[in-house]
Amino acid sequence: MKLITAIIKPHQLEPVKEALEAFGVQGMTVSEASGYGRQRGHSEVYRGAEYQIDFVPKVRIEILAEAEDTEAIVDLIAITARTGRIGDGKIWVVPVEDVVRVRTGDHGRGAL
Amino acid sequence: MDTINAGDTAWVLGSAGLVLLMTPGLALFYGGMVRAKSVLNMMMMSFIALGTVTLAWVLWGYGESFGTSLDGLGLVGNPVGHIGLSDLLSADAVMGPPGHQIPTLAFAAFQATFAIIAVALVSGAIADRAKFSTWTVFTVLWATIVYFPVAHWVFDFSTPTHAGGWIASNLKAIDFAGGTVLEINCGAAGLALALVVGKRLGFRKDPMRPHNLTLVMLGAGLLWFGWFGFNAGSMLAATGGTAIVWMNTLVAGAAGMMAWLGVERVRDGHATSLGAASGLVAGLVAITPSCSAVTPVGAIAIGGIAGALCAYAVAWKFRYGYDDSLDVVGVHLVGGLVGTIGIGFFASKAAPAGVDGLLAGGGVDQLWRQVVAAVAVLAFSFVLTGALGLALHRTLGFRVDRDDEMRGVDLSEHLETAYDLVARGGRLGVGSAAQHLPDARHHDGHVPSSALDALTTPPQGDLA
Repeated sequence: MKLITAIIKPHQLEPVKEALEAFGVQGMTVSEASGYGRQRGHSEVYRGAEYQIDFVPKVRIEILAEAEDTEAIVDLIAITARTGRIGDGKIWVVPVEDVVRVRTGDHGRGAL
Repeated sequence: MDTINAGDTAWVLGSAGLVLLMTPGLALFYGGMVRAKSVLNMMMMSFIALGTVTLAWVLWGYGESFGTSLDGLGLVGNPVGHIGLSDLLSADAVMGPPGHQIPTLAFAAFQATFAIIAVALVSGAIADRAKFSTWTVFTVLWATIVYFPVAHWVFDFSTPTHAGGWIASNLKAIDFAGGTVLEINCGAAGLALALVVGKRLGFRKDPMRPHNLTLVMLGAGLLWFGWFGFNAGSMLAATGGTAIVWMNTLVAGAAGMMAWLGVERVRDGHATSLGAASGLVAGLVAITPSCSAVTPVGAIAIGGIAGALCAYAVAWKFRYGYDDSLDVVGVHLVGGLVGTIGIGFFASKAAPAGVDGLLAGGGVDQLWRQVVAAVAVLAFSFVLTGALGLALHRTLGFRVDRDDEMRGVDLSEHLETAYDLVARGGRLGVGSAAQHLPDARHHDGHVPSSALDALTTPPQGDLA
């Protein structure tokens, strides 16, 4: 089992979610995040005073998946989240030792 | 009693209600501009003035402002002349010219709302860092020492039976609704207080962008709405002249907004919402003294000049290093000077005040009177506010300590958090928090940081 974490642009969430649903992904966790990579934020001007905004709003998607589905899911996110402009985000995958479904107490693949 | 004009009285009482709404409007305007951790404190600094200044007004403030001048000098009214306003309850207590008489108590109510917002205005200069208890004391003392006397100077006109203030009655400068009394006065006071209290931690270093510009826009709208009471209500009658004043108030706000946005578009590349809100207020500030003295074309000039000039003036604090956080100086002092001195240039005989300014061929007679009034109020307010601020800073302390300022004055001064957007901080539950939190206070009322940590640290959540 793997944990897929994707940091994407907020307005790309909807197409990514639709693509994942169509692929058959059963669930995901989404949270608001902020951060920067190579694009280094932007500047805003308030009453003539310029502020450098380093942390840009992003959305973090987390998906638990079986190992054999992982590559397809990652590719799907990468394709649907891509705008081709700087700041499109990152995706990474880490191994997961165990998963528990809270309602039933099931462990492992049965809990996915 | 039969001498009272019902229409005039209704307009003045309605206007008093309009002006009162400006203080909550100002709380929104200021509150949106600070960071999320101090919005409640910012709003409370305005709201507390609704309490303290109202009480001071009824007890001694009205007397200081509109009581007979002590020794006839025109400097301050008799503070014990109208204690409790009980002498204004009689049907004989009326004022105004024949045919336009209103109850003096209606005038006292109208002017109370001016005193309240004047005090609240000053708070913008010391956002994010002031001790609320000291600010509360300041509101009463500043009103007593600075505002009430200046209101007497400018707003209290002498009659054969009443000795009024020196600017109104002797200098005869025009300040219809408070360009000196409120705007210049509050701007100079804000500058003095910002210098006494000092800069916010991280001033000119950390981003301190407004946390909620929708509140700022709503507040600006309420201010404009209330300003019709402020200016047109100051006619103290519902007449043709009142309509001119009302129209000028609309026009100057519009011109101020357009001018500020124009400067932004050219200088910074974008017209901003904060610029729109600030520009309309700058225009309204400038038309406050001049709304009775100019035509709508003059209002375009005065509002436009104020909007453009203030758009530049708000940058002075960064250049000269005083942290007037919400630009009381850049908007109110500068806008007040534009409006007050602008009368000397743009006044027209066609307006209710009936005076021609320099540009209408009236010479410099009105101009020098305007300059003297502006400089006198500016200097008086700056010196006395500075002295009062220093005295309070050395005794009670005007500033929260470093940790409290970092954590935010909403928590340290009010033990509240403005926004609970994710609803994750509820470990104690509503009832238990109300019961147990006071126990966490030390006996001096100071909240130890451990109690605050419990409020600010969300429980560790799991993924998925």
